[in-house]
Amino acid sequence: MRITRVLSTTLLAFGLAAAPAAADSTPSASPSEDGSAPTTAGTSFRTATEVDQGRTATASGSAGDYLYWSFPADAGQRPTVTAKVKLPEEHAGQTWQVDVYDGLRRRQACQYGAQTRTAASGTASLELACVLRTVRAWSEPWADDPLPGTYYVRLTALGLKTADLGLPVGAELRVDSKDMGGAAAVDGSLAEPLVPGIAVKSSAEDEGEDGDGDDSSASAVLSSIEPDDGWSSGWWTDRWVWTGIGGVLAALAGIGGYALTRGPGRPRQVPPGA
Amino acid sequence: MIRTQRLAAGFCALLAALTAGLAFPAGAVADETTANAPKVNLVLDVSGSMRAKDIDGGSRMAAAKQAFNEVLDATPEEVRLGIRTLGANYPGDDQKTGCKDTAQLYPVGPLDRTEAKAAVATLTPTGWTPIGPALLKAAEDLDGGTGSKRIVLISDGEDTCAPLDPCEVAREIAAKGIGLTIDTLGLVPNVKMRQQLSCIAEATGGTYTSVEHTEELTDKVNQLVDRAADPVVTPVATQGADSCAKAPTLKSGLYTDREEFGQERWYRVDLDPGKELRASVSVSADRAMNPDYGLLVRAVTAHGREIVRGEAAGNGRTDVISTGLRYPKAESDDDAPAETVCVQVTNSYSAAAGVKTTPGMPLELTVDVVDGPSQASDVASFGLGRGWWLLGALVLAGFLAGVLWGWLSRWRVAVWRTN
Repeated sequence: MRITRVLSTTLLAFGLAAAPAAADSTPSASPSEDGSAPTTAGTSFRTATEVDQGRTATASGSAGDYLYWSFPADAGQRPTVTAKVKLPEEHAGQTWQVDVYDGLRRRQACQYGAQTRTAASGTASLELACVLRTVRAWSEPWADDPLPGTYYVRLTALGLKTADLGLPVGAELRVDSKDMGGAAAVDGSLAEPLVPGIAVKSSAEDEGEDGDGDDSSASAVLSSIEPDDGWSSGWWTDRWVWTGIGGVLAALAGIGGYALTRGPGRPRQVPPGA
Repeated sequence: MIRTQRLAAGFCALLAALTAGLAFPAGAVADETTANAPKVNLVLDVSGSMRAKDIDGGSRMAAAKQAFNEVLDATPEEVRLGIRTLGANYPGDDQKTGCKDTAQLYPVGPLDRTEAKAAVATLTPTGWTPIGPALLKAAEDLDGGTGSKRIVLISDGEDTCAPLDPCEVAREIAAKGIGLTIDTLGLVPNVKMRQQLSCIAEATGGTYTSVEHTEELTDKVNQLVDRAADPVVTPVATQGADSCAKAPTLKSGLYTDREEFGQERWYRVDLDPGKELRASVSVSADRAMNPDYGLLVRAVTAHGREIVRGEAAGNGRTDVISTGLRYPKAESDDDAPAETVCVQVTNSYSAAAGVKTTPGMPLELTVDVVDGPSQASDVASFGLGRGWWLLGALVLAGFLAGVLWGWLSRWRVAVWRTN
């Protein structure tokens, strides 16, 4: 009987040790630097340049331009947008701001990060950052929680002096995200991610299947962006691991408790074969 | 003498333009692929001031010519490119004549690089700077077709043809709703010119750039031409009504409209049960606005009950204010008819006295009707648990259950023994 007890304690200890390990084994977004990072930026929501997470997009523009990019964010991610602005050699004090909008063009709040920054005259560059809230798989329609889909970034100068208007500036944008794991796994899910124009796109695809629509060539869509490994189905979360391990541990504890009170084996008084 | 030379040069330019025009009739855009080809009209200032030698040691005109040559080489195949000049032909002092001086140097159409370059080579800095009339004509050049349209204005001086304000002209062009963008480039600009050119750009959602070097000019024009070549969704023009009853019914798609200060715009969307409506609205600030503004979009039932709203407010310099909403309609068992959802859009932009209030600001509306979400029945995913408290609670519960079971079986054995 001692063996059973020892075994159960070891199993318990093992289970407890294994649970957090399983919980923390989150797939880290590998920054893949290849040549496909865009070198331009759009000038409106409609023309926003699509950037994948983990890539550094560059763009040259003029002070006063509104530079737009879009990136995909999936459930469980907490995206961080960092923008770097290279200012011209001579300029007056300038304030720059980065704004993030979701797929419904609702402005999204930044939890941390310098969203607005002023560069004193003569400063060569400035850096802006915005850490968004964690993207949830579902929220009530009355909330403006971040949902999986397209996100827009707008970078612009606020309150420019006329002398600075139109001066050449360079911009860099990078989006990375932290995987928040099962702590952010909520119930419910959207049928389609919050990608603008997705209804039009899917109906066009349906037509294509019927064989009467051939608009594959350069047909413009509002947003064709998708994460590298597709939108998550929302089925897997590490809560399965936690709950499963919890069940196993409960069973083991149950056996332990039973063994403790029931005593070892059959009662001594009971004759064998009874 | 100089005068006759200039006249001759102007005549040459005209001739070149005419021959080019004959060789490539602008009306040759018939088949479907060219109907949605992107169109770009380069509008070049050839006024007398372009003679100034302050760009990389050469004259502004030389810089412009060099830039044009490189741009013409790099223009993507699908782009229909045209060139229009302003102030190229009339060297005299009469403002009235000088301000009509704008000519099509190369018509908007399939590009013959050699012809276009030859035409550009004939240009000599000559006359006035009639930006307003040139923009109007340039917009006419781009008429027709469904592709994106872009005017790139390169100028080195502010408009000399008052009272026609080129900024007003730009706004009028934008108000036609043909989706035309005007980008402006100022060569060695002064303060007044910066203001004027950036006003033109902002009125149409374009960009303004100051240029001091030839290379910058080439890069920027190339960038703008390439930008025109990017396929972009063309919105469908619609007109919202002032009440839901009269509102147009919209399907999934991208729409444009105009909304004046303090105006309400209503649209209707038919929503089947089990579907979700997603609407996002942006209203652009295409004129000088007061720095505090807002936007409200509401989804309202046919009976006037508000379902959900999207709000946005902001302050400071902006190009656009936008917000959106989504409304999932619950699934119903019987074949319920589609619900009419009214979408109301109001803005709280304001402008100083003297700023034109009509036409309204450009409004962009995206409507998507998709399948409804699967509703959450619990906060956590599938109601699953997570964390040390959960493990502790489960272990404790399991242990207690085990103890109880142990006691029970002991008690049963004891009962069995006594019997």
